[in-house]
Amino acid sequence: MRHYYQEDIETAPYEEIRRIQNEKIVRQVRHVYDNVKYYRDLMDQKGVKPEDIKGVDDIRKLPFLKKDDLRECYPYGLLATPLKDCVRIQSTSGTTGKRVVAFYTQHDIDLWEECCARAIVAAGGSDEDVVQVCYGYGLFTGGAGLHGGAHKVGALTLPMSSGNTERQIQFMMDLQSTILCCTPSYAAFIAESLRDRGYKPSDNKLKAGIFGAEPWTEEMRKSIEEGLGIKAYDIYGLTETSGPGVAFECSEQTGMHINEDHFYAEIIDPDTGEVLPEGEKGELVFTALDKEAFPLLRYRTRDICILTRGKCSCGRTHIKMCKPMGRSDDMMIIRGVNVFPSQIETVLLNEGYTPNYMIYVDRKNNTDTLDIDVELTPDQFSDNIADMQAREKTLASAMRTMLGIGPKIHLVPPKTIQRSEGKAVRVIDNRKLHD
Amino acid sequence: MAVKQLSVFIENKQGRLSEVLKGISESEVNIRALSIGDSEDYGIVRMIVSDLEKARALLGENILSKITSVVAVKMDDRQGALYKILRTLEEAGINLMYTYAFTSNKQFGAYVVLRVDDVEATERLLSDKGFELATDEEISG
Ligand SMILES: [Zn+2]
Ligand SMILES: [Zn+2]
Repeated sequence: MRHYYQEDIETAPYEEIRRIQNEKIVRQVRHVYDNVKYYRDLMDQKGVKPEDIKGVDDIRKLPFLKKDDLRECYPYGLLATPLKDCVRIQSTSGTTGKRVVAFYTQHDIDLWEECCARAIVAAGGSDEDVVQVCYGYGLFTGGAGLHGGAHKVGALTLPMSSGNTERQIQFMMDLQSTILCCTPSYAAFIAESLRDRGYKPSDNKLKAGIFGAEPWTEEMRKSIEEGLGIKAYDIYGLTETSGPGVAFECSEQTGMHINEDHFYAEIIDPDTGEVLPEGEKGELVFTALDKEAFPLLRYRTRDICILTRGKCSCGRTHIKMCKPMGRSDDMMIIRGVNVFPSQIETVLLNEGYTPNYMIYVDRKNNTDTLDIDVELTPDQFSDNIADMQAREKTLASAMRTMLGIGPKIHLVPPKTIQRSEGKAVRVIDNRKLHD
Repeated sequence: MAVKQLSVFIENKQGRLSEVLKGISESEVNIRALSIGDSEDYGIVRMIVSDLEKARALLGENILSKITSVVAVKMDDRQGALYKILRTLEEAGINLMYTYAFTSNKQFGAYVVLRVDDVEATERLLSDKGFELATDEEISG
């Protein structure tokens, strides 16, 4: 079996990676300065010239790009190549404000798909595999990225897109899919649907899953791995940086290797913008080293994360990022306390509940309220009210320990919380209605 | 000896109870007894029905239900019958989770349903003390 998609670069010594990065960044900054007026103006304002950037150590001199910059530049403002050289666009879901549209040359598509191919091979994939891609196809990068990656690996690709779970299961069983690619919440739903139809985890041929596009916890990983009888791998990426595959997990499952020959990662203090040393927690910032059409320099992801470089048992040398501890956008401030949905998910799964929940935040009498609807499983149902109330109390107190504030727990019947086929919506913050 | 009770978990929403019970009430299955325990969010409906399996099937897969053994005791007409039963349990240190009473269609007389941890021990105790226990057949038949 193949262990790497591109062994030379994936296992290159650090000095070699560094040399490649230094070479690429010099060229890239020149390319952006010459072709993107918006970024040239930012550099000029900061008094930085392309010739000041002699290697990746100088990246910290460059200005940051934020999501707001991307919105302001919509649609062509950050395009660095003539449109005739572009072959594709992908776009964010644009649930808040303007969409982000990212452009790709053929070189950019190849680079992106190679990154995804690395992820698939790291999950044990080869040309012998049947890869079922049930990320959404279309503008969303999930479907296109893994689809292209599976092709590069030479796997039989099932371009399912998301939804129609009945058909997903039929194809999974009839065509004996071995690798599943989708959001973790959809993977959990597929596992539940298989169980409902009387299938055991050993009845499917799946061996691995590559799950991303939304935050998920270690507890969720365990639950999916048991539910499908597979090993579950995390994958990371943003439309702004190309799509999934910027970083991916290996068999060690202790963080995602960043494809450093294409993406340079920094951790900064989100308040001051100061670059933090390796191992410290802060906001993840990416610089695309060799993308042509939409090459973002120092893009602030808003993901809170830690980077570590060390020896990995898989043999890869690229730096690892931990599972993002929550995107600053996902963070809720409730009664002055920072709360991440992932913390709530951790408690629920640890306490034996399903990953089906809905968080409601509101403000009543000038006080923030936190309510969590939690689905009950058949085993947990008791005909004795006192047992049920004790159950709510235990869960609420476990939440208080984790979050620092006490939520109100509402137990609801099984399968009453909306299942997600893509990115799950788990928080409804009604405070905005009153502001 | 023990009697089987069907318990159903429902959201505490207007009209939800009749919605859930619609199938059963329109069928030939007879609901002999019904009691509800509720909180702000949900209700737990406890029923003694004439055909347990059929009733469960009529609820459908999507309704959370379970079957529990309970003790049903006949109550005579005399005053303080319920008190005597409760007193007997208390003296024996048996924890009573909840209780409800109903009258049988077939036989003259009332029953009281007792939900306890140890059904067998409770039944033994009550028969020893001269109480008459009801069987599933008597109640649901
Ligand atoms: Zn590794
Ligand atoms: Zn409620």
